[in-house]
Amino acid sequence: MDRELLGQVTTVNEGRILVLGLGNILFQDEGLGVRAAEQLRDNFILPETVSCMDGGTLGLDLLSYFTADIRMLIFDAVRTGHAPGTLVRLEGNEIPAALAQKMSMHQLGLQDLMAASILRGTLPQKVVLLGMQPDTIDWGTELSPAITQAMPALIQSAIKELSDWGVAL
Amino acid sequence: MSDNNGNQVFIPSVQTDGSGVGDHARPTASPTAVPTKNPTTSPTAGPTAAPTKNPTASPTAIPPVGPTVVIDPVTRIEGHLRIEVKVANGAITDAWSTGPMFRGLELILKGRDPRDAWVFAQRICGVCTTVHAIASVRTVENALGITIPDNARILRNLIEGAQFVHDHVIHFYHLHALDWVDLTSALNADPAKTSALATSISTWKNSSTSYFQGVKTRLQNFVSSGQLGLFGNGYWGHPAYRLPAEANLLAVAHYLEALEWQNQYIQIHARLGGKNPHPQTYLVGGMASPVDGSSAAAINPTRIAELRTLVQMGLDFVNQVYLPDLLLIASYYKDWATTGGGYGNFLSFGDFPTDTSNNPANLWMPRGIVINKNLGAKPQAVDHNLIQEYVSHSWYAYSGGDTAGKHPYKGETTVNYTGPQKSFTTLSGETKYSWLKAPRYNNLPMEVGPLARVAVAYANGHVRIRQLVDSVLAKLNLGPDALFSTLGRIAARGIETVAIAEQMSSWLDQLQNNIKNNNLAIQDRSHWDPQTWPAESWGYGMTEAPRGALGHWVHILNGKIENYQAVVPTTWNGSPRDAQNAHGPWEQALVGVPMADPTRPLEVLRTIHSFDPCMACAVHIVDPESNEVMKVWIENY
Repeated sequence: MDRELLGQVTTVNEGRILVLGLGNILFQDEGLGVRAAEQLRDNFILPETVSCMDGGTLGLDLLSYFTADIRMLIFDAVRTGHAPGTLVRLEGNEIPAALAQKMSMHQLGLQDLMAASILRGTLPQKVVLLGMQPDTIDWGTELSPAITQAMPALIQSAIKELSDWGVAL
Repeated sequence: MSDNNGNQVFIPSVQTDGSGVGDHARPTASPTAVPTKNPTTSPTAGPTAAPTKNPTASPTAIPPVGPTVVIDPVTRIEGHLRIEVKVANGAITDAWSTGPMFRGLELILKGRDPRDAWVFAQRICGVCTTVHAIASVRTVENALGITIPDNARILRNLIEGAQFVHDHVIHFYHLHALDWVDLTSALNADPAKTSALATSISTWKNSSTSYFQGVKTRLQNFVSSGQLGLFGNGYWGHPAYRLPAEANLLAVAHYLEALEWQNQYIQIHARLGGKNPHPQTYLVGGMASPVDGSSAAAINPTRIAELRTLVQMGLDFVNQVYLPDLLLIASYYKDWATTGGGYGNFLSFGDFPTDTSNNPANLWMPRGIVINKNLGAKPQAVDHNLIQEYVSHSWYAYSGGDTAGKHPYKGETTVNYTGPQKSFTTLSGETKYSWLKAPRYNNLPMEVGPLARVAVAYANGHVRIRQLVDSVLAKLNLGPDALFSTLGRIAARGIETVAIAEQMSSWLDQLQNNIKNNNLAIQDRSHWDPQTWPAESWGYGMTEAPRGALGHWVHILNGKIENYQAVVPTTWNGSPRDAQNAHGPWEQALVGVPMADPTRPLEVLRTIHSFDPCMACAVHIVDPESNEVMKVWIENY
């Protein structure tokens, strides 16, 4: 059984930073956010303060992970209209604004999560979304070649982001 | 995706850009389509824009042979589908339902170990994870002739029961309520009067004037900060909203409480063996969670005591908040008890086995078929061999022609896209118009979901369901026919939530009793080794998802999956026409539904949402390049 599909990740509760991968891994690049979170988890030694989670397409089921005392780094497939693999970084209020333009594939779930978090007063103190333009969205569990090639750049941008947050990997 | 010749075939994106699903561009394509038809509507505009959205539109402007209204998407959270309706004289005269993504789970599962199928199957749907996992392990167990131990049966019942209660509450408050509750009206509510209203319908603890004042202030701050737009497609100020301001504020308060409640209640899953956040506790042959009274790491009496607290908390919320709110809101919308009913053909696979016999007669939620709203006769037995999927109006080609249906064992997914190649606004003239197949039982369209389960249970003489149905109808002063309607569907969901939330504690009793008697078996491993399997086997697994009957079918050859098919609830309900041109259940339910303002078709949303569509189940999000969450446009207007 593919270990990564089991979504074995550390629990969030002790972590101060949650890295959340979104997407459906049955649709190739649609799941690039989940794959990025897995790569970060599997290829780096993360301090105890950083947790990685496979959020899939779960929507409101993820609400309990949105707490005001954490910082959140979200990976997701994001449509920018640019070439496959193009990176985009969105922070804070830019995220709902971008969601309103349907840039993320999961804007409805994430949008609802953020709305609910704002209403509850549990929006994480910092939320950054690192997105990448997908190439192929078909049935399949493998990333497309173009996105496979672009993944290191996405991971590097996450490392830089975490470094800016005071976490060296 | 590719067709059989390896050619690229395009998925029609969800056309919220005014260009129609015909703008079936790859996600990488840049937006080029220009809206050509009445692009003036903008349902995503903030609430303050509502009064000016369509200044020219009014019901009186509708010509007798009316416009075609297209709504897409109609789901709030889970995904996308496309509904096209024709309107005349203020009511819907015909409807087309289009699911914009094709199914092909077998493409992923073919050649894999059948013991792993559930891990993939649970990813089909973002909100139905656990039910797909259960259907999948049952399917493989059926193929291999495995009987699971009693503890595994109980754990599955508990996990699934919690899923139902959780999902139905979320549906009511977070997916469907805003079709009936006007958030902006709640800002005009008097907190003291809201408190009086709350205490008149329930003993729920949070009911003081200051409590509702606090909720009103929170809502005011949220709206003032300009974030109401996050609530996608609300039609604030629509004349079809009929609740008094105080009822709206009460509903907003419980919308917020339900958010907190669902966070707690779903911990049942974690305590039953881990969910972080995808379930990991299934195994072909049983479950992976040890049950042992003497082990701290296992499901033990301490854990069961914690579960009892959560189960009671769930039941309290359902009895004191959900059901009273449902009755309150329904009392203002009783005209919805006479419309939106559809065929009245109901299919329930039933679920929650009461023993390990695999005998369909021993399901707590009964299996059966009710035809033509007849609750007076015993439901027909379900024979899975009578299920066939048609592609006469779907973008596929069957070997042997498109007029005959195929049983899921013989299921094929060969793309045959014949739809428009360029921008368009209507699919009503197309022979094929959906990526959903059309499942039929004995050649009849079937509604699945809470109303189907409640109808089958009622006809089957289920004591508790009958009590609840009769009591809810009496409280609303409605006759039995009221069940077969948009409102009846909403009531049925609440009714079964009560019944399941109550039943949870009896499963905990059974689990505790097994532990007490040192019956700790959790998995039958006698068929785990593929060497014990026949060279070839076939199996099916039936379960009930919150949204309705869910079936998986597998063909195993030499230890590997040869074919795998899932027929999901939304495919039953949202299916297109079949070989006999019979409408799908949604399409049929929409005919006759009134529509006050075709530019703001709230009534369509109410009826479709009453089915709890889950497009992430049947289709997946493939978005267009669009700036809008939902687009409504009028053809021939």
